[in-house]
Amino acid sequence: MKPVLEFLSGWILLALLVGIPLYGWVRGVKVYEAFVEGAKEGFTVAVRIIPFLVAILAAVGAFRGAGAMDALARVLGPVTSRIGLPAEVLPMALVRPLSGSGSLGLLGNIFSTPGLGPDSYAGKLGSILQGSTETTFYVLSVYCGSVGIVRYRHALAAGLLADFTGLTASVLIARALWS
Amino acid sequence: MNLVFVLLFVGAAIAGAIRGDVKAVGQGAFDGAAQGVTLAIGLIGVMALWLGMMKIAEKAGLIESLAKFVRPIFRPLFPGVPDGHPAISAMLLNIAANMLGLGNAATPFGIKAMEELEKLNPTPGAATNAQVLFLAINTASLQLVPTTVIALRASAHSSDPAGIILPCLGATLCALIVAVASAKLLEKVVK
Repeated sequence: MKPVLEFLSGWILLALLVGIPLYGWVRGVKVYEAFVEGAKEGFTVAVRIIPFLVAILAAVGAFRGAGAMDALARVLGPVTSRIGLPAEVLPMALVRPLSGSGSLGLLGNIFSTPGLGPDSYAGKLGSILQGSTETTFYVLSVYCGSVGIVRYRHALAAGLLADFTGLTASVLIARALWS
Repeated sequence: MNLVFVLLFVGAAIAGAIRGDVKAVGQGAFDGAAQGVTLAIGLIGVMALWLGMMKIAEKAGLIESLAKFVRPIFRPLFPGVPDGHPAISAMLLNIAANMLGLGNAATPFGIKAMEELEKLNPTPGAATNAQVLFLAINTASLQLVPTTVIALRASAHSSDPAGIILPCLGATLCALIVAVASAKLLEKVVK
């Protein structure tokens, strides 16, 4: 399934990159001028999201740098390991909504820990967790930042509920399949 | 968001003080801030590329016809967005790119979608119901095949690197259903 989808992705990407200018040209659009006009926004959008990204990543950086995440994991670990979320995977679950690269790094740690590895229960659960949830805070910062939205209303609650559901489902599925 | 922001810093200060490593708190914050700028600057190239492509597609009428095509699915979900609005096509392209794992195309499309939705926003600065639902869909990972995880598993010599695809899809689907349902239910309560 994976090679098929990778193949498909490659061709769809190619079709978009070739098809859009070609279609525009056939329809009489001044494609070069249109492209430059649109591309101009790329820089301003990127600059516009900087303060939003700095705000959340600095806060997360301080939290993780202080070791607060590890402390939280140590307190909660004994409880969650009883319901199928081992103490090795818990830090990953806590970091996932805050930092995608952070949780991927923790997953790498699980894979390289002797006695765990990618085919252990912890390794498999961590893999599903990483693959089925998204970095909610990053998504919100980038997308809201790009249009200057500071009041997220219920977006944060909905995003975190989705993350929590992804976590619960991952644990239930891993327990049903591998324990 | 205000509460999260304060809690993260207060939590950091408490943990730093208990562990006696106050310097690490500041260092973590500086590293995070620098990382934020690096991420944003790194987006400029792909962002410009896809926003340029979007502009061509828009002028060729492609965006409008795409929006009409998916109207039956999007209308019940986004009642505040008029038929044929460019926001619909941008959201569709974002979701499609996400499913295929084209992350660097998905972000520019998503930003375009937010900009188009913002044009319908009577209260700038606060997210509309349509924007919240779109964000909620994006916070559930839509990727059909988690290629990064599979690659990491393969490099760690897993005996079955791709064996997690179906379990991932199952968990993603649960997250997506809850994301959409909670966005829809909470919009009636949250002002």
